[in-house]
Amino acid sequence: MTRLRFLSLLLICLIVSLAVAKDAQPLGEDPAVEQRLTNLAQELRCLVCQNETLADSRAPLAEDLRGEIREQIKAGKSDKEIIAFLTQRYGDFILYRPRVTYTTYLLWFGPFVLLLGGLYVLFHYIKQRRELISEKPLSPDERRHAEELLASVSGKGPA
Amino acid sequence: MLRYLIPLGIFITLVIFLAIGLGRDPHEIPSPLINRAAPTFRLAELKEPAKTFSSDDMRGKVWILNVWASWCVSCREEHPLLIDYAKSGAVPIYGLNWKDKRDDALAWLEDLGDPYVLSVADLDGRVAIDYGVYGAPETYVIDQSGTIRFKQIGAVTEDVWSKKILPLVQELNRQGNSK
Repeated sequence: MTRLRFLSLLLICLIVSLAVAKDAQPLGEDPAVEQRLTNLAQELRCLVCQNETLADSRAPLAEDLRGEIREQIKAGKSDKEIIAFLTQRYGDFILYRPRVTYTTYLLWFGPFVLLLGGLYVLFHYIKQRRELISEKPLSPDERRHAEELLASVSGKGPA
Repeated sequence: MLRYLIPLGIFITLVIFLAIGLGRDPHEIPSPLINRAAPTFRLAELKEPAKTFSSDDMRGKVWILNVWASWCVSCREEHPLLIDYAKSGAVPIYGLNWKDKRDDALAWLEDLGDPYVLSVADLDGRVAIDYGVYGAPETYVIDQSGTIRFKQIGAVTEDVWSKKILPLVQELNRQGNSK
């Protein structure tokens, strides 16, 4: 039981909720460019504050980087090219969604491995319990004994 | 017995991982630029804006690029050390004055001394972005071929200088001379 409780607690801890924040669009700029900038900046980490996206951060470096991205969008660069530009300089750390590489396999797939492990333990446990309480039909001797006991309690004869 | 040992084992593993995680500085982001070519730049000099300095001018030399600004508190902390190291003549130190006002920067050097062979002014921070700078001070050791060999994030300390930067510079100079 303790093991099961522990594993279910572990699973609950692994459920991560997603929060999506939107910030106001600056006026007077090309809305298409701004939309792409916002989408991109929400995928990127502010390196100064680290727990904020580039879209939400008011750090001067974040403003510079947004400016850089805006210019690259206007210059017709694709999102992929812009992200490559940034990771070349700041590393994968700038990506809020870590890349799937051999160093991040544990990060990406670890929770599922834990989930499978938990399910295995759960099924094993339920199976064991079912075997413990499985119904065995009474042998004629046992049935007679049981009826005697019932009769002695209620004071009446067998039905 | 096993039902107690397994949770205990998981718990101990978790504690070890958390202990390692706590011991790390989350502000030190490993730079992907180590052992890559240092981005080239040409910027106006801080003291004589009419002149420009290019990273290409330093080809064939081991040098240090130190990112600083007058608004940066940790720069003030490392500044006396830089002056000492500049005096020792071990390696030329160049400054990248990052997003600073020219007057503030000049006053800063006037007050605290100038360890730099020269500083260039990165007014809009574009060169700093190329170098992956995200907080001053940052210090790069660049070798003869223009490759970044080391990056210090945050203030240079005596420990970092004597254990990492100085031995690296000496090793690079030795390699360069034997070629």
